Amino acid sequence: MSGRLELTNVSVCFEAVEVIRNLSLTIADGEFVAIIGPSGCGKTTLLNVLAGFERPSAGSVECQGRVRMVYQQDGLFPWATVTENIELGLRHIADRSERQRQIGELLKVIRIAGFEHHYPRQLSGGMRQRVELARALAGGSDVLLLDEPFSALDYLTRFRMRNELARLLREMPRTAVLVTHDIEEAAQLADRIVVLTQRPARIRREFRISTPRPRELTNPEVVDAIGRILDALDIESATRKN
Amino acid sequence: MLIALWTVVWKAGVFHQSAFPSPLAVAQGFGVEIASGRLFTDSVTSLFRVTCGFLLAVSCGVPVGVWMGQKLSVRLAFLPLTNFLRNLSPLAWMPFAILWFGVGDAASIFLIFLSVFFPLVLATMAAVGSIPLVYFHVAQNYGLRRIEKLTRVTLPAIMPQVITSLRVTAGVAWLVDVAAEMIAGRDGLGFAVMDARNGLRTDLLVVEMIVIGIIGVLIDRLLVQLTTVPSVRWGYAR
Repeated sequence: MSGRLELTNVSVCFEAVEVIRNLSLTIADGEFVAIIGPSGCGKTTLLNVLAGFERPSAGSVECQGRVRMVYQQDGLFPWATVTENIELGLRHIADRSERQRQIGELLKVIRIAGFEHHYPRQLSGGMRQRVELARALAGGSDVLLLDEPFSALDYLTRFRMRNELARLLREMPRTAVLVTHDIEEAAQLADRIVVLTQRPARIRREFRISTPRPRELTNPEVVDAIGRILDALDIESATRKN
Repeated sequence: MLIALWTVVWKAGVFHQSAFPSPLAVAQGFGVEIASGRLFTDSVTSLFRVTCGFLLAVSCGVPVGVWMGQKLSVRLAFLPLTNFLRNLSPLAWMPFAILWFGVGDAASIFLIFLSVFFPLVLATMAAVGSIPLVYFHVAQNYGLRRIEKLTRVTLPAIMPQVITSLRVTAGVAWLVDVAAEMIAGRDGLGFAVMDARNGLRTDLLVVEMIVIGIIGVLIDRLLVQLTTVPSVRWGYAR
């Protein structure tokens, strides 16, 4: 199965508030798209629409494949162990020994050996996010929706997790949509950057980064992309107006 | 410490002798009550009632609370009544309890049920209402069916708060049981208190009070054990 996402002329309103206006976006199988925009502009709503948690007020949403969301924090069930949480992503596999085997592999990939029977609260923030990634990657999922997955982490851990995500996606390629405030993160990870406007969200600017992933933060195209994102966001900023 | 203070107050004669038993008299009272076997049978009787009433109320109250927590229409329909009945002292039901069930186990169990059921319904309902939406999104994302949403999300998510409510309501249940037996009992620790009072046996009165207090603490100790289950620790640990 492939992980293709398509939004056509999507609008979302919550009562009187228009959150997303007439937005169209197609994300190809295996593509990594980063969505950036001012706070409260409707980025998370956009992910919720893609995940099927919200229905658009107008327009159509088409999602192919097994779509899974990764949350900012506390997306793991606190009453379940690391293994039980990851097993949630393998529910569709009937054979128990096959599930066990895949859990073992995932634990190895996220380098969390020795913690398989710990509960989320007993793990560090970075470890919790790695477990959540493992859960979302488990069982041949097709699309990852990442809702500021590293924003609750400290700077260094965030940095490490960014490389970790790039590595995981190289080993287990997925279509990915990343919502973030972190411009470096977007520029380093994504194939395509989508910058949204203030609410109601529309696409302000969109551009590709062609250097193959994974790439260094100091890669010239990444540095250039950071500049272009800043530029796109700056248009309405106070400094520019004054 | 307490016994020393008790002895001092007794020696000083702050209260009349007949209204304030000596520690020694109470110790002897313990001996008498244990030897006659009455203390044991009264404790068993009271514990039986409180256990039945409590378990019955929990097995009804938690499901009803979950139901009310999940369905707005059910909540709107039953919340006012539940609030009304929760604020109505179970002891006010006493005359009806006796008329309907006679003097004995059933009347006490009925009153204990009332004292536990309504607070537990409200606490469970509130706990269900406070489950973060993200857990239900995860459940939907990973294809949990309706029954699994209940068993794998809702119930484990409310467990810590429910256990806290169980501890509170078990304490109330024990208070109500003793009170019920004092008013409408022929046996049980509450009746023993009234019996001691009627016989002006303040020494035995203190014996019953000590036993009632100890059993209350033991019930709570037992329920505290629930909070040590690994899958609910997240609700308590900081």
